[in-house]
Amino acid sequence: MPLTQEEVIHIALLARIGVTSEEVERFREQLSNILENFQVLQKVDTTNVPATGHAIEMKNVLRPDEVLPSLPPSEVLANAPKTEEGSFRVRAVLDF
Amino acid sequence: MTNKTELFYLTIHEAHELLKNREISSEELTKAVLDRSRRVDDRVKGFVTITEGFALEQARSADKRLRNGEANPLLGIPVGIKDNMCTRGIRTTCSSRMLEKFIPPYNATVVEKLWETGAVMVGKTNMDEFAMGSSTENSAFYTTHNPWNLERVPGGSSGGSAAVVASGEALYALGSDTGGSIRQPAGFCNIVGLKPTYGRVSRFGLVAFASSLDQIGPMCRDVTDCALVMNVLAGYDNHDSTSIHETAPDYTKALKADLQGIRLGVPKEFFVQGMESGVKNVMEAAIRQLETLGATVDRDVSLTYIPYSLAVYYILAPSEAMANLARYDGVKYGYSADAPTMWESLQKTRQLGFGAEVKRRIMLGTYALSAGYYDAYYLKAQKVRTLIREEFRQAFEKYDALIAPTSPSVPFKIGEKAADPVQMYLSDVCTIPVNIAGIPGLTVPAGFSEGLPVGMQVIGKPLSEEMLLRIGFAYEQATGWQKKRPSL
Repeated sequence: MPLTQEEVIHIALLARIGVTSEEVERFREQLSNILENFQVLQKVDTTNVPATGHAIEMKNVLRPDEVLPSLPPSEVLANAPKTEEGSFRVRAVLDF
Repeated sequence: MTNKTELFYLTIHEAHELLKNREISSEELTKAVLDRSRRVDDRVKGFVTITEGFALEQARSADKRLRNGEANPLLGIPVGIKDNMCTRGIRTTCSSRMLEKFIPPYNATVVEKLWETGAVMVGKTNMDEFAMGSSTENSAFYTTHNPWNLERVPGGSSGGSAAVVASGEALYALGSDTGGSIRQPAGFCNIVGLKPTYGRVSRFGLVAFASSLDQIGPMCRDVTDCALVMNVLAGYDNHDSTSIHETAPDYTKALKADLQGIRLGVPKEFFVQGMESGVKNVMEAAIRQLETLGATVDRDVSLTYIPYSLAVYYILAPSEAMANLARYDGVKYGYSADAPTMWESLQKTRQLGFGAEVKRRIMLGTYALSAGYYDAYYLKAQKVRTLIREEFRQAFEKYDALIAPTSPSVPFKIGEKAADPVQMYLSDVCTIPVNIAGIPGLTVPAGFSEGLPVGMQVIGKPLSEEMLLRIGFAYEQATGWQKKRPSL
């Protein structure tokens, strides 16, 4: 089933990607086409088949809880577009 | 050394002999490689960043170690590193506007290992943006050209790595492989590429694309070099919780020139509809060669779930990618667009910072994981993944390895598939099943069709890299395809 423009706009919002109206239509066509190719999976009987998350099975990978040196704040902040008083500067999340 | 002008085309083991015997210095070798880049890279465009000063510094320090009698095989050898592996103090872009100015504050584990062994990095190689693509046409900067035919793609996403090894701009390179990104470009450029077992090589410091599929591996001029690089890369890393807790062997010990007693299978599902007849012919000759070397080959193998691999991959990889790429918010690092509110700047940052294919995959993954669709897409794909894995497992009870083409076609023309995502995705149809199952895959040069390289893929069970290298080694000793160089 092809996607609608409204669905594409909703997906873009969830993904926090701004889109122009031309992009909405282009993504709608392309994503619909790709999703159609996925339909082939519905033909596979997966009754009682467990899901694979990682192909090489591992469980409970733990290591000792030791304090180790980490990067100095100046290096961590060096790539940030905006910083203030040793912190990342962000725009206000809430309006008051 | 008879012809010093072609130092840039040596294998690692050839260069190592010369370095060890003091016939050349690392500085001399490095300068030869950098000179070569100056002459050809305006046509090949294999690098995002050429690190000349850094390389010469590393070369001089390697020469000091060589003079002190150190002789590990990668010491003083020039390498290109895919631009999605973090190099401390040297920008790591992922060929994306998003990370165009990103300077990592730490090294990836593989980079750290190369520095310790005395490697010389000549540059960071071009790739499809965030490793999403099969041609390097998705690089935000420029497309890399295939050294065998400059109008053709080098493959991708590690297309820059493959091209610089093929063109003499590095003696070997590191690539990463999520759905074929080492093997397909290696096959397209007539070099050897290995995607190790998932977890065999640490992913720490590799910019994440699809975490359950990504794996780093070597791209080299022959199988011996591949074994030498694996000896340095492989091993447990406590910075990567998915890294395998098993000691890595000395891979060079596996290299034997015959295949007596080796059982091989050729699954027919890899010979997909639409495969070029030239590729098929090369594969048939290659399979006969393997028999001549002593292997028994079963040509009637069927892995019935393989045809579902592409759909499984293009659900799982974008789903994992959308989560991994959520970190690009324009706050901590990377491109940042300004807008009146927090939400608007976030959307604008991602709209302008990511290219079309990356956005397409993020949106695809977002859809596949969204409420109401999770069971139909993501969970279904994970279940079919189990079936694919299980079918491979059963095949490896009968066969030591499986033989398949690396790609259904020779390198395609630049622009030929760029407009149609589904056509582009089909280019990885022979390599994707290997990532889904987490198993290792090797590609070796197997001949030419229309004057363009064709790769043969050797696939094995988890941690069977030694078997794959043995098969590849015996094959290349007998055929010598890997010694062919493009005219540039």
